[in-house]
Amino acid sequence: MITVEHLTKCYGDFTAVSNLSFEIDEGQVYGFLGPNGAGKSTTMNIMTGCLSATEGCVWINGHDIFEEPEQAKRAIGYLPEQPPLYMNETPAEYLKFVGEAKGLRGRELQRQIEEVLRQAKIGHVKDRLISALSKGYRQRVGIAQALLGNPEVIILDEPTVGLDPIQIIEIRDLIRQLGETHTVILSSHILSEVQAICEKVLIISQGKLVAFDRPENLEKLLLASNGISFTAEASEEEIGEVLGSISHIAEWEIQVQEDGGTKVFARTESENVKDICRELFFAFADRKKAILEISSRKANLEDVFIELTEGESGVTEE
Amino acid sequence: MIAVLKHELSGYFHSLTAYIFSAFLLAFVGIGALIYNIQSAVANFEYVLGYVCLGFAVIIPILTMRVIAEERKQKTDQLLYSLPIRTSQIVMGKYFALLTVYLVPLCIVAVYPIIFAQFGEVYLPTSYGSLFAFFMMGAAMIAAGTFISSLTENQGFAAGIAVPVILLNYYSVTLAEYVSATASGSAAALIVTAVLLGFVIRHLTKNQNLAYGVSILIMLAVVIIYLADSSRFEGLLPDIMTKLSLFERFYTFVNGVFDLTAIIYYITVIIFFLFLSVQSLEKRRYN
Repeated sequence: MITVEHLTKCYGDFTAVSNLSFEIDEGQVYGFLGPNGAGKSTTMNIMTGCLSATEGCVWINGHDIFEEPEQAKRAIGYLPEQPPLYMNETPAEYLKFVGEAKGLRGRELQRQIEEVLRQAKIGHVKDRLISALSKGYRQRVGIAQALLGNPEVIILDEPTVGLDPIQIIEIRDLIRQLGETHTVILSSHILSEVQAICEKVLIISQGKLVAFDRPENLEKLLLASNGISFTAEASEEEIGEVLGSISHIAEWEIQVQEDGGTKVFARTESENVKDICRELFFAFADRKKAILEISSRKANLEDVFIELTEGESGVTEE
Repeated sequence: MIAVLKHELSGYFHSLTAYIFSAFLLAFVGIGALIYNIQSAVANFEYVLGYVCLGFAVIIPILTMRVIAEERKQKTDQLLYSLPIRTSQIVMGKYFALLTVYLVPLCIVAVYPIIFAQFGEVYLPTSYGSLFAFFMMGAAMIAAGTFISSLTENQGFAAGIAVPVILLNYYSVTLAEYVSATASGSAAALIVTAVLLGFVIRHLTKNQNLAYGVSILIMLAVVIIYLADSSRFEGLLPDIMTKLSLFERFYTFVNGVFDLTAIIYYITVIIFFLFLSVQSLEKRRYN
């Protein structure tokens, strides 16, 4: 579907993207994850033909974006970070222009405009000026624009930035629906968002691809940080005794709280966290000490992300 | 291209741009006609056009300042880049939309000579020949304005550059009388131009070697020709300044000569600036 090979982009001395290669298959939702300034927008701009590359190539459905831009662009719907809207037009006029520019005419154009208005749920505001619409609606108009012409791939650059929580949920639902019929690539620096909607995640840091896998596989990368946190009504010594008696628990941190409880975070190498929780429960029950709260904590995408993007000086200069 | 053209046209007629432009153009021509044709009872409509053409310095920037600058400011240029249309089609669509807006008031103006003909002897071929040249000259300036608009994202700046450029072009013939006509003066002016050209190339391409190369090559050529035969540079500078004037060529039509070379010159200017506009848009993809 999309092949990116050895992509490099330099702005003067600054290398925004360096030797990036990956392949995107049909019919899945891909998440493009990275801290600010990691090169997400640059990569997306190059993939959609808005920007040239210093080196490397991008193939869309077998068409080189630099050599055969028209065929390649027909297969892509793109929503840049800031929706490219004409403020003094209505969504209906705007979509008509985009549709015509994508080569749609007459009845087919009308049909597709109605279809995307319905999909993006903006039918009731189609005759209002875009400048009078809220940010969430503008974002939807931007998505509707990307959907026109029925492209196979939809690329969305940070589609939920700056929206309120309800709008975020609505946009995520919309993206999930689109994922059923299209290949969707979206960028984000919000981990929970990517975890919630993406089937595959590309993590990019300082212009380099550092990971490309399913979210659950990425989490498995960090087994060692499985842990249990609990709060018990017991003294530090008693807790130390109990934890010492349980195998698989290597280290722990204790924090005495003001209300008499003691908060503990214990790390384990064992994959079977449930068994250890059970052991802990009965050990405290035998001593007639109550456990007020207990939860197992598995490594999540956030840990993977921090692990992968750290150590390379963390944040880029931008 | 058609999509861009339709979109631009609806934009002009939905906003005030088309109306302000038409109003100004009609007002200028109207005042001119009042003074020459009605007050002084002169039958030559072409004099009105000759009198009015300085008004281009005001109305062309009004028309062209937002054409590309606004896209860049609203970030809608990203949409245009991601659509399956070529940059040349975008520029052509925009340019033909501007020409259409420019043609609308001219169609009204085209009725004036016929009206005047009802009341006296009007030589219509000169009137309409001049009107055609007037259209071509405006079209050339619109192309230049389009290019200026593509250089910036600030409309005011685009207009602020376009006005002095048109004024300078208007007065270049007058200025030509004052500049040095000697061979050494012309050669010096050419060398200064070569240096300036070098700076422009370096700014646009960020390629120092190319800029210095072009600059030094032109300077060498000037020096060699000057040493070989300095009489070639005699009066060259004022000559070039006169030749570059769009207005000077228009006055030939006003004087009753249909000058085909002038028309070809206008078309060349149009193609040149549209080409530069396309390059200016393309360049933004590369920086």
